[in-house]
Amino acid sequence: MRGYFGRKLLIYALTFVAAATIDWLIPRFMPGNPVQALLSRSHVTPEALPALQAYYNSLFGLDQPIFQQYLNFWSSLLHGDLGRSVYLSGSPVTQVIMGALPYTVALLIPAILLSWWAGNKFGAIAARRKWLDNAFLPVGYILTATPYMWLGIVIAWVLGTVFEVFPISGGYSYALEPSLTWTFIGSLASHWVMPFASLFLVGFGGWAIGMRNMIIYELDADYSRYLTSLGAPSSLVRRYAYRNALLPQVTGLALQLGVIVAGALVTEIVFAYPGIGKLLLAAVQNQDYFLLQGIFLFVIIGVLIANFLVDIAYVFVDPRTRVGMRGGPA
Amino acid sequence: MSLHITDLRVYYRTLAGDVKALDGVTFEIADGEIMGLAGESGCGKTTLGNSLVLLDGRMKHVGGTVMLDGIPLPIADFDAMRHFRYRDISIIPQYAMSALNPIRKIGKMVGELLESRGVRYGEIRPELERRLELVGLGLDVLQRYPIELSGGMKQRMVMVVSTLLDPSLLIADEITSALDVSSQKAVAQALQSFRDQKFVRSMIVVTHDVSILYQIADTLAVMYAGKLAEKAPTDVMMQRAKHPYTRMLIASLPEVGVRYAEHKLTGIAGTPPSLLNPPTGCRFRDRCPLAIEQCAEEPPFVEVEPGHSVACWRVDEVAAPKDSAA
Amino acid sequence: MTVGAVVASTESVGRRREILYFALRGRKVLISSSILIFFAVIAVAGPLIRPGDPNAFIGPLAAPPDGQYWFGTTTFGQDVFAQFASGLRATFTAGLLGGSIAALIGMAVGFVAGYRGGVIDEILNMVTNIVLVIPTLALLIVVTAYLSARGIFVEALFIGLTSWPWAARAIRAQTFSLATRDFVDLARISGVRSLRVIFSEIAPNMSSYLFLTFILLFGGAILIAASLDFIGLGPTEGTSLGLMMYNAVAWSALPLGMWWWFIPPGIGITAIVGSLYVLNVGLDEIFNPRLRES
Repeated sequence: MRGYFGRKLLIYALTFVAAATIDWLIPRFMPGNPVQALLSRSHVTPEALPALQAYYNSLFGLDQPIFQQYLNFWSSLLHGDLGRSVYLSGSPVTQVIMGALPYTVALLIPAILLSWWAGNKFGAIAARRKWLDNAFLPVGYILTATPYMWLGIVIAWVLGTVFEVFPISGGYSYALEPSLTWTFIGSLASHWVMPFASLFLVGFGGWAIGMRNMIIYELDADYSRYLTSLGAPSSLVRRYAYRNALLPQVTGLALQLGVIVAGALVTEIVFAYPGIGKLLLAAVQNQDYFLLQGIFLFVIIGVLIANFLVDIAYVFVDPRTRVGMRGGPA
Repeated sequence: MSLHITDLRVYYRTLAGDVKALDGVTFEIADGEIMGLAGESGCGKTTLGNSLVLLDGRMKHVGGTVMLDGIPLPIADFDAMRHFRYRDISIIPQYAMSALNPIRKIGKMVGELLESRGVRYGEIRPELERRLELVGLGLDVLQRYPIELSGGMKQRMVMVVSTLLDPSLLIADEITSALDVSSQKAVAQALQSFRDQKFVRSMIVVTHDVSILYQIADTLAVMYAGKLAEKAPTDVMMQRAKHPYTRMLIASLPEVGVRYAEHKLTGIAGTPPSLLNPPTGCRFRDRCPLAIEQCAEEPPFVEVEPGHSVACWRVDEVAAPKDSAA
Repeated sequence: MTVGAVVASTESVGRRREILYFALRGRKVLISSSILIFFAVIAVAGPLIRPGDPNAFIGPLAAPPDGQYWFGTTTFGQDVFAQFASGLRATFTAGLLGGSIAALIGMAVGFVAGYRGGVIDEILNMVTNIVLVIPTLALLIVVTAYLSARGIFVEALFIGLTSWPWAARAIRAQTFSLATRDFVDLARISGVRSLRVIFSEIAPNMSSYLFLTFILLFGGAILIAASLDFIGLGPTEGTSLGLMMYNAVAWSALPLGMWWWFIPPGIGITAIVGSLYVLNVGLDEIFNPRLRES
């Protein structure tokens, strides 16, 4: 088992280094110069231009040899310094992101966990009952084919604009100040429902269909046939099929993490929910490269951590990994 | 135990029509008898073996009866058959190597299976351990996962599991096909000892490898294209087989010690007929060197001497000893 | 020619006929193909029905659908239907291009890793895992944000460069199982070079699998492109379905209830991607008879 985790950690470390390096490389290889882009937006007189250029160049360390810049990048990274946000007039990027992070996490964690669990359970039931299966299958495929942001838009429109059940923008009512009162918490909750529901539904459709397919496949496996030949009740066979089908669903979760996070980001944009997604949109629109890169690194770290957690979960689900045998994702 | 099968017909549903895999088979098995069921791929022997235990979704019972110990076996009724499975009739499947749940410890799986059939695992555990030792498996195998076992070990494990409740009739389906020769011998001998120790009363050993049957089977039945060609005690079959197909089958077996120059190994030219639309009359007609006009009418499966039945019109004329190749 | 080969070739002719039989009758295949063709027709016929720049300001502001403007107009008086038809074209293009590029890379990596094995396999595996873990959209955002002028091809290129890992893995697994088969061994012993073995022995036997993989990549590329466009990082010229949704949300179509602006693009994407998924399942049933519920 140590070998299993060792390999995983190695890959994650390499991935992080690769991602961070790409992150650092890109502005330097893209057409145009980040400093020029910065300056073109701020209104400076032509005389002040060279001085400002020199200032920004030294600020970004662009006047130093490339290798030195790379080292500087890593040293500030490891100090938690992701630079300063241009859009938010100089606030440290790390601080800005940390402010938005709780909202995104509050959406993501429940959505991932609940949709995975509920989708699996539902898929298993659908695999058993033909009428449910026939009714659900088209719905499931539609849900999983729906782009995250569009479902968010539809839900916002139906429940928000047409029926006015929930508020369609913001993290909490604009009339309130954050405080530890029931009113505020209630406002938080009511603004949370729709984005959460949107994320949950798309995920649910995908997991349910996946589980349904896996269970059908497992029910047809040799060990299922053997048990049935020996007269085992279908409840036992189904129980085994479910446990076996969970394995690829767990690995599937790791594979989907990037997609789900992306989905959360765009969903937040739809609802103007003050999470990382909204921050991302602002960064793009204002060409705030530091903020963009900071968000990128945060997302990478988050996904890597989540991947690692899923790997731990996998060890629990597949007992073969505990025996040191080759079970588990490559 | 006694098994009487009368005119059993089991077809496979396909979109092109019904494949008549088992098309009217009649025979009996006595108490304590090991019957070998041989024939080429597609002759219906696996269908016969499986239909007695579990009819899968594509198979349908079209006609004929199966009487086990005087009770009609409701093979077409999935739920009614549950009562008989494992206790009265059991199977060592063709896929024994993958028959164990990969993510369950073997002991745990056996325990859960037994409990689900109303058998207390604790009570039967000593017997289970005894049989494991009998086939040469250590007791620690119960703590292992299937992936930790070799193919031969998994085979033996499945043999023990399938016979644990002392079934009256055991179907052993191609259990030596995936093994090397020495393992084959060990498995064949294990089967025989199961019968001798009365773990199992009677057996049907399904295989395309006649040489294994020669070692352990009391009687041999040869099938061709969904029908029985011949059935006889093993030594009678090997010495005095009467059906042209059986004789060619046996003649195609290599003999130990015989060189190529002395005795040519012959195969049987041609291929079996399609079972979607089988030809009328004797199904071996097109490949049979003895075929005559009368073979356009299907020969009945008749007993020509005690315990020896053949389906061929020319059975009286075929009296020559074994080594004259037809 | 041996008996076996004759039998095999007659069987394969029969099999091809069988596939055609089911392909033309399989409900899933028929329905999903019809939907795809329907949207493709709109995409192609769009500029004929509504000539001119889809982003031109030609109509009444924020008008709901009526006889003249089938999908109504935007806040600025742009014809939503014209944008929709044009956007469909962009969506199809991005999906096809991105999916193809991802398929090519996935095949290259998957075939080589699966066939050669050994150290090459280990290295390719590591690369695949690394690219797999990186969240595609995040990477694409960072990359495209720096490009001042973006076209469809660049967008599709980057999508293709980042979405190939799962395909590579799947192809690798299939190649593994095929590589141990007799006819491949035969080719190998006869001294045929690896590349030729892959092209002439392995790939043709996986053709249905490759096609199914491509369909899924196609669908995935459409979704990623839509997300990119929605954040405003799509092509700088022209229009796309994702961009329509971006504009709709940005210009308060939601609180204003201008459903005709944001519902059609979403339906378009959902219908196309959904049809691709169902097509995938339907074709899988045809290629693998075991899955058919007869």
